[in-house]
Amino acid sequence: MIINLDHFIATERPRWERLEAMLRRLAEDPWREMPLEEARELEALYQRACADLARLRTYAADPGTRAYLEGLVARGYGEIHGQRAARRRLRPWAWLARGFPQAFRRRLGAFWLALALVLVGSIFGAAALAFDPEAKEVIMPFSHLHGDPAERVAEEERRALDGEDRGEGARATFAGQLMVHNTQVTLTAMALGLTWGIGTVVIMFYNGVILGAVCFDYVVAGQSVFLAGWLLPHGSVEIPAMLLGGQAGLVLAGALVGRRERRPLAARLRAVMPDVVTLCGGAALLLIWAGIIESYLSQHHEPALPYAAKIAFGLVQLAALVWWLARGGAAEEKRAAADGARAEEAGA
Amino acid sequence: MKERTARYRVVTPEGVEFSFRLASPVLRAAALIVDWAVVSAAWSLIAILISLLGVVSMDLAIGAMVVGYFLLSRGYAVFAEWAWRGQTIGKRVLRLRVVDARGLRLSFAQCLLRNLLRFIDALPLAYAVGGVAALLNARGQRLGDLVAGTLVVHEPVERAPAAEAIGAQKHNSLRGQAALVARLRRETSPAEARAAWQALARREQIEPAARLTLYAEMAAHFREVGRVPEELVDGLTDEQVLRNVVDVLYR
Repeated sequence: MIINLDHFIATERPRWERLEAMLRRLAEDPWREMPLEEARELEALYQRACADLARLRTYAADPGTRAYLEGLVARGYGEIHGQRAARRRLRPWAWLARGFPQAFRRRLGAFWLALALVLVGSIFGAAALAFDPEAKEVIMPFSHLHGDPAERVAEEERRALDGEDRGEGARATFAGQLMVHNTQVTLTAMALGLTWGIGTVVIMFYNGVILGAVCFDYVVAGQSVFLAGWLLPHGSVEIPAMLLGGQAGLVLAGALVGRRERRPLAARLRAVMPDVVTLCGGAALLLIWAGIIESYLSQHHEPALPYAAKIAFGLVQLAALVWWLARGGAAEEKRAAADGARAEEAGA
Repeated sequence: MKERTARYRVVTPEGVEFSFRLASPVLRAAALIVDWAVVSAAWSLIAILISLLGVVSMDLAIGAMVVGYFLLSRGYAVFAEWAWRGQTIGKRVLRLRVVDARGLRLSFAQCLLRNLLRFIDALPLAYAVGGVAALLNARGQRLGDLVAGTLVVHEPVERAPAAEAIGAQKHNSLRGQAALVARLRRETSPAEARAAWQALARREQIEPAARLTLYAEMAAHFREVGRVPEELVDGLTDEQVLRNVVDVLYR
């Protein structure tokens, strides 16, 4: 069969142009709520364009018309089939209160693994320093930690007593630098999941080594209270945030490896993507807070700010974080599970 | 290494097939350069605005600059691709677009993830990792695209086709010949008709000498299969004969 192309184009072109205009309007305003009538018209026009494309491919020659129609059908397909998933508005509060903690709990295994890696690294760092105190300069990348902890504490407390504030006039800059640096490290831990998790494992372990070495150094020097007062206010948020980055990286690695999975790689990656992104977003948010606390609170010492108050602040903050991650959105999850069970019973 | 293809075909659950033209690495690199220029230009303006904070506190201004540059350099592509359906300014200039590999709408998570993983693709320098990954991948995906399930495609301008693409024949010596037209339609396959239509539609793209030869061969073929009487085409050029044949085939 040979179709009359000119007649075909002349007849169908107004519909194609109408579909194109509707798609353009949707593209210009992604949040627009489409009335039911318009949605029906969009679907009818899309179906018609699909049929035209199939007809044209079978019976006619014009590659220009075909390319035009293919573009139209591709755009229409994305709009019609991608609607439900992509068109939802961002709901920051719902994400914060429910989405983030739920994603965290869904991937809890990866979190425990990240935590175990940091703990093993900490033990290694402490052991390395115990057996070879000279290794301090190699293990710790920060020069202000290379000296004797007792001397540093004495110096910090003398400054606090004299009312000397080294950070005065540079706290916001320091906070900004901490936020950016820590976020980059956390995102790197996530991204290195692409190396089948090897890079993530190395980063988690290495951070554990530094943490373990610093803690060992201060504890052995009898400065445990200073250490807790210095680390807990920001560390109680910063370290979990880093672990979240590691968790995201390990989730990504798990999808790449695909152990005991029958789905193809693309489907596995698609399945973990929302949780990976959510974990990264949550970690970034925590790091903004940690940067502010580290710059404005952690650097103040006794007698200006009692260690007990700093430690209490850190512990309360840690408890709140644990509660949030453990309980956030749990009621909704329970309700959804109960609904599912009821529906299953009704089906049976 | 999988065979690289210039087009990526998607078959929908309804059985409709459409294709994307994959963007070449050169176009993608050019879009990236444009985006770098855009970020640099935007930052030079934003930095001036942020520096005004220095009136209140220089510390605050520097802190805001540190965070602001990080957000702009990392967030620009994420938000542009999300808000503009897979396009940044660079991609818009070069007519490129990020699309979901299944043909669906891009989600925010996809935009975020493919851009967060960009720095791995950029390692160790000049997008070497991403370039090698794209070369090894049949769909030209860098690592960020692979994980996010996205493709970068080239979208040339496709205007709504005009009717009368090859022009209507005002005078056609074959038109009144019902038996001849029926014979031509019966004996001509759709592929032959398409080839003739194409030959006329692409007239200006064919070199004159090659065009004369092509039209002569086609006209001879149709005169033979349609057993066209000599008097109906007497004095007509091969191109006119071909136009008359296509006119009666498609009308």
